Amino acid sequence: MANTVEMPKLGFDMAEGKLVKWVKGENENIEKGEVLAEIETDKATVEVESPFGGIVAKHLVEENTVLPVGSPIAVITIEGEVINLEEFIKKEAAAKEAPIESTEPQAKTEVPKKEISEKPLTPGILRASPLAKRIAQEKGINLATISGSGPGERIVKRDLEKVQASEEKPVPQPVAKPESSAHRAGGKDEVIEASRLRIAIGKRMLESHQSIPYFTLTHNYNAEALINLRKEMNEGMADEVKISVNDFFIRAAALALVHFPNLNASITGNQIIRHGDINIGVAVSVENGLLTIVVKNADQKSLSRVSMEMKEMTTAVRDGKVRNDDIEGSTFTISNLGMFEVEEFTAIINPPEAAILAISSAIQVPVVNNGILMVGWRVKATLSADHRITDGVEAARFMQQLALYLEQPWRLL
Amino acid sequence: MAIITMREAISQALWEEMERDPKVFILGEEVGVWGGTYAVTKGFLDHFGPERVRDAPISEAAIIGAAIGSALNGLRPVAELMTINFAFVAMDHIVNEAAKLHYMFNGQFHLPLVIRAPGGGGRQLAATHSQTPDVIFAHFPGLKVVAPGTPEDAKGLLKSAIRSEDPVLYIENATIYQQRGEVPEGEYTTPIGKSKVQREGKDVTLVTYSKMVSYSMQAAAQLEKEGIEVEIVDLRTLRPLDMGPVIESFKKTNRAVIAEEGWKTFGVGAEIAARIYEEAFDYVDAPVRRVAQKEAPLPYNRRLEQLALPQVEDIINAVREVLK
Repeated sequence: MANTVEMPKLGFDMAEGKLVKWVKGENENIEKGEVLAEIETDKATVEVESPFGGIVAKHLVEENTVLPVGSPIAVITIEGEVINLEEFIKKEAAAKEAPIESTEPQAKTEVPKKEISEKPLTPGILRASPLAKRIAQEKGINLATISGSGPGERIVKRDLEKVQASEEKPVPQPVAKPESSAHRAGGKDEVIEASRLRIAIGKRMLESHQSIPYFTLTHNYNAEALINLRKEMNEGMADEVKISVNDFFIRAAALALVHFPNLNASITGNQIIRHGDINIGVAVSVENGLLTIVVKNADQKSLSRVSMEMKEMTTAVRDGKVRNDDIEGSTFTISNLGMFEVEEFTAIINPPEAAILAISSAIQVPVVNNGILMVGWRVKATLSADHRITDGVEAARFMQQLALYLEQPWRLL
Repeated sequence: MAIITMREAISQALWEEMERDPKVFILGEEVGVWGGTYAVTKGFLDHFGPERVRDAPISEAAIIGAAIGSALNGLRPVAELMTINFAFVAMDHIVNEAAKLHYMFNGQFHLPLVIRAPGGGGRQLAATHSQTPDVIFAHFPGLKVVAPGTPEDAKGLLKSAIRSEDPVLYIENATIYQQRGEVPEGEYTTPIGKSKVQREGKDVTLVTYSKMVSYSMQAAAQLEKEGIEVEIVDLRTLRPLDMGPVIESFKKTNRAVIAEEGWKTFGVGAEIAARIYEEAFDYVDAPVRRVAQKEAPLPYNRRLEQLALPQVEDIINAVREVLK
């Protein structure tokens, strides 16, 4: 039986998506779960997997078309099936027309639950055989740039051999730095079309800044113990498993939030929703902007687990392999500019959340201890909080609670 | 090189060892007057006499128990079980006595015992007489388990088993007694605990043993026509297991199929696959696949029986899958 594939809803606030690329051409075979197309949402470029197996009978839209969620984008038929496309599309549209406005698109998706769980592989995970991974590492090949020919598009040895064959000459080298801007032709303005991500960030931040009455407060934390503990923990460890200062903050914020449900909340109208889960979003810079990756239930995860998930998700989003699950559902956000020698900054709340924590660099400063001038490690963090949900005292207490974890970091282990 | 059957290979090994060493003797059901259920010991009674070719009562526990006792006293018994399915009746003797005496008496005793046991399905003997329970025995440290797949190895391994100071379970597959193969002229033995590459290839490693060796050879011959070069590693011995040639082959091909006649769950394939992942993870280019018997007691009905047993076609399909 023929089926239509619709523009999927990939986030709770996603209303439309731009189909940027057809991965499967018309008349090509497609398996259930195979990538059909790439779409650009407000946040990222995401691969759309076909919920049906069969043949891509028809692309209903051209590349670079923006469509509302739920719009049909393609027709998949089974092998040997002949249908009258026009009639089929009309019929499908008629069947859908009524509920399209009233029902959540997710509720009427045609894919039965069972099939979702049968999806062969998790989308977004880089699928490569252990051998392929090893070869890639040895030869300095970025697996994210290769498409796999194995089952479920797994990258296997032959795919790497192909790449090597086609790349024979150029020896892998450190990426050449672009020419310095000193050569820029003077005096000419450059007009750039803002990317969807850039536009989305702008919209969201403007909305936040204009509609949320926020206040900020800064706490200066003693980072001595944290710096020392981190050094000890990372000693002799491989880079892939080293814990970052940010990981400590994620875990500390999550544990502190357990005691401050108003800061792990959202507001809609006259209702405050205190979230059941503590999901810490972390702003990650990507090309053209930033994304918030989410450590789910960070209060229930070990420091090393938090660190591992962060590394995995950061690599994934920076490689453009965004899993919707990784960037949705945060209940509190952290923005960390610590690695850029920032002394202090404030962040704009990521709506509909109640607060955001801006973390600056850990630096050595003169401190007074029992009347004696000494050198000590300090790190400043600034909380921006929504005054409709919380007040200064509560926010200050939260920052004190955070001190308990950051200044006695073994509590996080 | 002479071409002989598996049956002749086993028979020759027994005969030659009995001629060589007067301490070697045979006991089992129907081994004497009848000449063996599968005619392996035909003519032995007349030649070696009733002292060394002993018909036993229908009690597997008595056969194995007596064999253990005589081995402890310096003889070299070759006990024959009519089928490996009857080994369950003698399980305590096999796993609690034979496999452990040397260890529990701190090496004071050796147990130069061979248990010959034909197994396998495909002859419409129904569920209780058609099993391939090789892995059960291979589970126990202290017992060597060999299961040859060619006449050459059948002869060489049985001779090594008889000369071994340790208890050896020598598993035959009753459906391949008529299978022919080249055997070296003259005296030779095949070492226990050594896997062997029976066929060289570069595309996929096919790990197998016993009856599935010939099935694998047939599969490889067909796949060759498609341009797929299969390397076949015959384990020959399940314990002690020699992974050397398997790993070496896998590092070359990066893909493997394991074919066994027994059930898949907790089977030889499970063990081999796990060891490949343990010892050669960075060489894995595709998930290892297993070909084995369907998870049911073997049916009596001929068609259903063949459906349940692994076939050449199953191996071919698994190889194609693993190469995707």
